[in-house]
Amino acid sequence: MSSSDDNSLYAKREPIFPKRVYGAFRNLKWWLMAFTLGIYYLTPWIRWDRGPNLPDQAVLVDLANRRFFFFMVEIWPHEFYFVAGLLIMAGIGLFLFTSALGRVWCGYACPQTVWTDLYILVERWIEGDRNARLRLHRQKKWDGKKLRLRLTKWIAWILIAAATGGAWVFYFTDAPTLLVDLFTGNAHPIAYTTIAVMTGTTFFFGGIAREQVCIYACPWPRIQAAMMDEDTITVAYRDWRGEPRGKLKKGEHDPSQGDCIDCQACVNVCPMGIDIRNGQQLECITCALCIDACDEMMDKIGKPRGLIDYMALTDEVSERAGGKARNIWKHIFRPRTILYTTLWSLVGVGLVVALFMRSDIDMTVAPVRNPTFITLSDGTIRNVYEIKLRNKHGEERPFTLSVTGNDDLSVHIEGADHATVMAPPDTAKPVRVYVEAPKGSVSANGERAPFRFWVEDDINGERAYKDTVFNGKAN
Amino acid sequence: MAAPNKKHDRPTTGHSWDGIEEFDNPMPRWWLWTFYISIIWAVIYMIFYPAWPLINSATSGILGYSSRADVAAEIADADAANQVWYDRLMETDPAAIIDDQELQRFAVNAGAAVFRAQCSQCHGAGAAGVQAGGFPNLLDDEWMWGGTTEDIIQTVTYGIRYEAFPDTRWSEMPAFGRDELLTGEEIDQVVQHVLSISGQPHDATLAAAGAEVFDYNCSSCHGIDGEGDIYSGAPALNNAIWLYGGDEASIRETVTNARFGIMPGFTERLPEAQIRAVAAYVHQLGGGQ
Repeated sequence: MSSSDDNSLYAKREPIFPKRVYGAFRNLKWWLMAFTLGIYYLTPWIRWDRGPNLPDQAVLVDLANRRFFFFMVEIWPHEFYFVAGLLIMAGIGLFLFTSALGRVWCGYACPQTVWTDLYILVERWIEGDRNARLRLHRQKKWDGKKLRLRLTKWIAWILIAAATGGAWVFYFTDAPTLLVDLFTGNAHPIAYTTIAVMTGTTFFFGGIAREQVCIYACPWPRIQAAMMDEDTITVAYRDWRGEPRGKLKKGEHDPSQGDCIDCQACVNVCPMGIDIRNGQQLECITCALCIDACDEMMDKIGKPRGLIDYMALTDEVSERAGGKARNIWKHIFRPRTILYTTLWSLVGVGLVVALFMRSDIDMTVAPVRNPTFITLSDGTIRNVYEIKLRNKHGEERPFTLSVTGNDDLSVHIEGADHATVMAPPDTAKPVRVYVEAPKGSVSANGERAPFRFWVEDDINGERAYKDTVFNGKAN
Repeated sequence: MAAPNKKHDRPTTGHSWDGIEEFDNPMPRWWLWTFYISIIWAVIYMIFYPAWPLINSATSGILGYSSRADVAAEIADADAANQVWYDRLMETDPAAIIDDQELQRFAVNAGAAVFRAQCSQCHGAGAAGVQAGGFPNLLDDEWMWGGTTEDIIQTVTYGIRYEAFPDTRWSEMPAFGRDELLTGEEIDQVVQHVLSISGQPHDATLAAAGAEVFDYNCSSCHGIDGEGDIYSGAPALNNAIWLYGGDEASIRETVTNARFGIMPGFTERLPEAQIRAVAAYVHQLGGGQ
């Protein structure tokens, strides 16, 4: 085996036992955890009335019918660019936050962080805080207590994992129906498979892999270096103030000693298992728990807070030289972040405008080219078009087709002498449409005559058009 | 300095290329195990599944698995799922198929598949026919044998001039020139008459004389005004649609030697439900009556 080689590339994971910490950032993280998990678990249960023919789930990815519902918005497959636009906004938004505030996404909002935090919380409830967990870990013998604690923890983790996977599938079909189906065994095998896979991955990522996902699997720590600069606010250690570090001895006061008493509080609370005093590191997700831990300790020994703090690297340099830190807003508002905000807003405004400008009726026109034209018994020349009429309304509507741009042409649908089609609700209705030019007309004898198809909603008069061509006999 | 030396304690393969040697390291254990497990898996596979090719077939394996049987089962499943629709197609009066939107949609889709497999060879993939071969265009509004759904079903079922079936549609145009039923002059006249009733440039004096020839020889099938007759399968001659071409030379050829095609009946090749489906498909191509 090569793993015993001293030049192996494989590093064994060092187990991490983060200690409970109290403070402003920890509280903020609790609230954010409740908020993000709340969104995730509750969103599928929000109802939204769309009329009798459409689902009443506020957020629904209806893969079977290829529709995406988001409150008052309904997206069809041909409007997928909205999703692309949202992804672009998410990307630029991530750039903006990272250049202004470093890895706040990693530290506060990333599902990997939120679920790992939740798993560590459960772990602490069951097995105790850092020291108790460390003892349990080092205890070689699997006695009744260790077995009981481990089993309880794993079962709790699996339940959370199953709830996570369970909530995921609710986004894809009617949640109340699916919940009943899941427990009565009537749900689709894909639902059970998805839940099983999500349960497995949640358990593994939140319970076992944890910081390894951030360090080895996630590309973001690699990309963020390009996003940050010296004005970016990030978590750092004021080493000019803390060094040389040394243990605090009662009754003694060494003026050459810095403020850091080397109590390891910042290291013990770190979910990534690093020492922030070593400077900026790829592993650091800037969760700020070390700030809380250090502040608590500074309060106890009567030293000012902020030995570990959010700061920009330029402040670190000026403070070291005896200067003052710049106002945080001056760091945040700089050309780069303003540019990102502008881009982000432009895309956002564009999407919103496009969303409300799009019409509720639409059509695609496909000329039938085999044959290009048909001669009827009275010499009329007929062209056939396969038209799809999109009715995005929740009820059946009459749509009337007409042609403009060429006086020779008249239009009617297969099986009728008129051009009105009843389009079923929320459907693209295919229609076989005939456009005819009378015998001897310019269009009938000519090659190609351009014209415009119009579709009009007979109820509200809304119109849409598509340009196409008519093939004559000379074609 | 102990660690770096350890490397050189390992044996080499003994080969040396320009002083470069290769360590004789063992295979990684996980790789070896995967290899052994694959061998065991292969043996198990050969026992349970088809594996060794023989001259005409292959060893079948004790599970009796066959991908061909899987496909057959899937096709049978699909057929069973469609059977409901075919049953409905058989229960519905052919003329009423177009009134049942759901049924019509099924029939048109199923019929399109039948058309591609059975009809497109002559009538063309777009159903526009082939004039050079005398295969009629199914998209226009003229029908030689009738364009209702029942008429089309009858035509598809028993064919046209298809001797194997006594119920086939039958009529034959005489070869007026070849069999000397008309003189060359009379043929000239009747050709001009046909050109005139179909609204094409013609010689008026010849055409006037041809009207009488037409009356005596052609109108019994093609009608007094050349309007055609679907009961004898005689096409209308007073319109813009021509099965074999409407110019003077083509009409002369038709009158002289007579032209008519043969269409096979499909009653023995297709189940009746499929014939109904393809009739529903043809009916909605543009000319259905």
